Amino acid sequence: MSKQRIVVVGNGMVGHKFIDTIIGNDDSKYEVITFSEESRLAYDRVQMSYFFSGKTAEDLALTDAAYYEENGIKFVLNDKVVDLDFDNKNVITASGRVESYDKLVLATGSYPFVPPIPGNDQEHCHVYRTIDDLEDITKSGETSQVGVVVGGGLLGLEAGNALVNLGVETHVVEFAPRLMAVQLDEGGGSLLRRKIEELGVQVHTEKATTEIVAGTERRYRMNFADGSHLETDMIIFSAGIRPQDELARKTGIPIGERGGIVINNHCQTGVEDVYAIGECALWENFIFGLVAPGYQMAKVAAAHMHGDSETAFTGADMSTKLKLLGVDVASIGEVHGQTPGAQSYTYNDEIEQVYKRLIVSADGKKLVGAVLVGDVDAYGNLLQLKLNDMNLPANPSTLILPSSDGEESAGMGVDALPDTAAICSCFDVSKGDIKDAVAAGCCSMGELKASTKAATGCGGCSALAKQVLDNELANLGFEVKKDICEHFAYSRQELADIIRVKKIKTFSALLTECGSGLGCEICKPAVANILASYWNDYVLEDEHVGLQDTNDNYLGNMQKDGTYSVVPRIPGGEVTPDGLIVIGEVAKEFDLYTKITGGARVDLFGAQLHQLPAIWKKLVDAGFETGHAYGKSLRTVKSCVGSTWCRYGVKNSIGFAIDLENRYKGLRSPHKVKFGVSGCTRECAEAQGKDFGLIATDKGWNLYVAGNGGMRPRHGDLFASDLTDEELRTYIDRIYMFYIRTADRLQRTSVWLENMEGGIDYLRDVIINDSLNINAELEAEMESNIENYQCEWKTTIEDPEKLKRFKHYINSNETDADLAFKVEREQRFPIFKDAIEIKELS
Amino acid sequence: MEIQSTNTTWTDICSINDLTPNAGICALFNEQQVAIFLCKQTNNVYAVANHDPFGQANVLSRGLMGSTEETVYVASPLYKQRFNLVTGECLDSDKEEHKLKTFAIRIENEQVQLKEAS
Ligand code: SRM
Ligand SMILES: Cc1cc2nc3c(=O)[nH]c(=O)nc-3n(C[C@H](O)[C@H](O)[C@H](O)COP(=O)(O)OP(=O)(O)OC[C@H]3O[C@@H](n4cnc5c(N)ncnc54)[C@H](O)[C@@H]3O)c2cc1C
Ligand code: SF4
Ligand code: FES
Repeated sequence: MSKQRIVVVGNGMVGHKFIDTIIGNDDSKYEVITFSEESRLAYDRVQMSYFFSGKTAEDLALTDAAYYEENGIKFVLNDKVVDLDFDNKNVITASGRVESYDKLVLATGSYPFVPPIPGNDQEHCHVYRTIDDLEDITKSGETSQVGVVVGGGLLGLEAGNALVNLGVETHVVEFAPRLMAVQLDEGGGSLLRRKIEELGVQVHTEKATTEIVAGTERRYRMNFADGSHLETDMIIFSAGIRPQDELARKTGIPIGERGGIVINNHCQTGVEDVYAIGECALWENFIFGLVAPGYQMAKVAAAHMHGDSETAFTGADMSTKLKLLGVDVASIGEVHGQTPGAQSYTYNDEIEQVYKRLIVSADGKKLVGAVLVGDVDAYGNLLQLKLNDMNLPANPSTLILPSSDGEESAGMGVDALPDTAAICSCFDVSKGDIKDAVAAGCCSMGELKASTKAATGCGGCSALAKQVLDNELANLGFEVKKDICEHFAYSRQELADIIRVKKIKTFSALLTECGSGLGCEICKPAVANILASYWNDYVLEDEHVGLQDTNDNYLGNMQKDGTYSVVPRIPGGEVTPDGLIVIGEVAKEFDLYTKITGGARVDLFGAQLHQLPAIWKKLVDAGFETGHAYGKSLRTVKSCVGSTWCRYGVKNSIGFAIDLENRYKGLRSPHKVKFGVSGCTRECAEAQGKDFGLIATDKGWNLYVAGNGGMRPRHGDLFASDLTDEELRTYIDRIYMFYIRTADRLQRTSVWLENMEGGIDYLRDVIINDSLNINAELEAEMESNIENYQCEWKTTIEDPEKLKRFKHYINSNETDADLAFKVEREQRFPIFKDAIEIKELS
Repeated sequence: MEIQSTNTTWTDICSINDLTPNAGICALFNEQQVAIFLCKQTNNVYAVANHDPFGQANVLSRGLMGSTEETVYVASPLYKQRFNLVTGECLDSDKEEHKLKTFAIRIENEQVQLKEAS
């Protein structure tokens, strides 16, 4: 039998998905050829905006020429299909190419709608759809100070974010009275607006643009129907999308009243052997502007061509969860009160800026829709309730009420989900699919991603997918493999126990006891860290030197050019003028770039290896100690001035902060640890974002634990209130040591607590009620650590043997001749050849 | 004209006691930066170029030594790519430009000696 010839018009996300699916079915049966109007093969349009935070077109690519060639797929770029000849079954392109088909697939996507405003076609007026558009926008941004996005919907706000990233003053102009009118209700829309305005984006609602003319101060002036106007240098139109049905229109394929190629449940159009999928397709009078439904259509069409007429497209859920300009927003189901008899619950916290609304059916049993702004943790739960038509709990308000005292809010375990529950909508992976993958031997997120593709699209489902995976593994009685690396068949916690119980003092002793090989960059630093936590030896002891990771190795943070930064400890951020002068003098003498850090102290950059001892000698002589900016250990205890100066302060936060910093300095732990101490509830020290956060009240201290800034910010949980100084110190001693004993390597307290079975309640039980009967031990370990504290830099500069390593060459006093510097803003910066392919590997 | 005989003679670099067990040092040899490592468990010494082809900085002597199966390697202190200490090959890339130059190394009378690899 000769091969079926399939022509796919459009190589966007859905067209590519179709091709990928059909060749997966049976590549010997089909001959595939695809045309694209764009200059690139399919790329990830959903993630396209990351272009502005450094992703390249290559990073966004979903496929490449090699993959297509390998699978025998022909492709033609930069060539638009302009006509179809159904009688002879041919497609005709703009360049005059004619190709015949047995089956034709239209996957032409959609195009941005540009409102017919006079002046909308000038230079620096853009749309936001393709990578080429983004390149044009970037160029305009270089010569613009002000930019306007027309349209305050989902994509408009994404375009607004792009303008913010380009550093131009950003305005969003919306015709409707609120932002994201399609997805959000009024309360949600207005909170979103407030949050976005706080970020410096100016929002103008109920504005209809009438014309775009030459500006007086800026390039253009936009006049609005209400008589007002706005001057700007560039404009991005994002006023909605329209299905790209030009070809269908021209050739008489039936289209909907308001556009879109009409399809049935098998994605067939009104013309024989012609299918339409993705954003150009109209199903039951509905266009789906999201990628997941398009992917489903691709699968359905491929199945149908393969002779499977069981698989059908049955509609798709349009729920969305996203981060717009850093604000979390989610919308589920029907939110505009169009369901008869529906009732709602609203939670509106103006202080924390959280808005949640739950819409339930007339009988209160089923979820109709939900809007979440500012806190979208409930999304996963709510979506599953909706998708699986599950019964609501007796008191639905618990689903959106904030958890008190850090308790997990009422939810349902993943165990309760039916197998059909969709976990990853980007790749249509259900709970059942994950179950199957686990049964087939998959036991890590990495393997799950490889075998099912779950969580490799927008990433929004990864937390849920991981929960389902872990749950399935546990159900099957698997023990999740926790070996730290190939050299030790133990987890960090197990290694810590072995070291503590057998009193092991060196890496080689541990290797002999229970390991193999030479060790590696995973286990060596981890073991060095455990040894330091329990025995607090000098980290550059001969036995320990070879174990230290980059920064500990030379007691400084290595910079991109191989030089180091120097951070003296400034407890609580308090420093005398004389101290500051010494830091200034050292910086001047060694010509170090000087900056105040995000941790409220001073960082001196650009020190070469051989200069470190001389620099530290001066600092130590002036009474400074190492700030451990390089160590997995206590970093800073950030404090406000508190009652000593501040008119609102109720406790001496600065004095207490300095005591704490001195108490815990130098102590190695699984990851770095930061404290914050605020003198009153105004919280100027941002204590709730720290591993340990203390806030003074009239009645004593409130202790928060497991806060985190950084990559995944988290507010700390309130551990206990109204504590005395003494109680506070005891609790922190215990929690800190318990963290050291039980956390995984490189696990901050936030993740540690989140992974702890029983959570904060369990932790309270251990620390306050001594349920494990280990508190005396924890306190003793902490005491011995505090006694063994030494300033590593002081020890180092006093030991000539140790200083030998602080030289660029062992056999010469020359220094690294490749280092080069330039001066900017009166300070020194490295000149750097662009590093090639820099990627963090781990 | 003096004939460069670097391929045939060994150059003294430093005493074996100047090396830190299981860690690296950098030496200047024929105007090149060479990273030298001493593995205590096996008593082997290794010499490769000090320049990190990924990070583009002279830092490999400050990397961490490790092994995977039988291969002994150094992991760059900048972005953690691993390089085979015997062959100079990058374990995380097979591109030719990511391969390190290697040097012949030996210990004679407590002296660490280098020679251009033949
Ligand atoms: C210097 C500084 C930035 C600045 O110019 O202000 C800085 C610089 C570095 N940070 Fe930071 N962080 C600095 C404050 C912060 C803060 C703000 C704070 O402490 O209040 C945060 C968020 C708070 C938090 O940690 O929860 C912060 C979150 C991170 C993270 C993300 C941690 C996380 O849990 O997500 C990393 C990466 C890591 O540790 O794995 C990181 C890692 C780094 C490293 C060590 C990256 C590296 O390995 O080269 C940077 C080198 C430090 C150096 O060369 O001296 N830095 N970093 C700040 C030093 C503070 C100090 O005085 O010690
Ligand atoms: C900035 C942005 C953010 C988005 N974010 C999300 C999100 O978070 N979640 C989500 O689900 N969706 C999101 N979307 C929507 C998602 O990208 C689309 O649903 C998806 O790309 C639709 O795929 P498609 O293949 O139908 O259309 P497209 O990806 O647009 O592909 C159609 C292709 O066909 C080509 N073409 C058209 N006509 C012809 C012709 N006659 N001849 C040859 N080629 C032709 C077009 O040039 C185009 O390359 C976003 C879209 C944008 C622009
Ligand atoms: S938190 Fe703010 S208001 Fe309160 S004591 Fe500190 S500085 Fe003063
Ligand atoms: S839902 Fe987008 S990756 Fe899974």
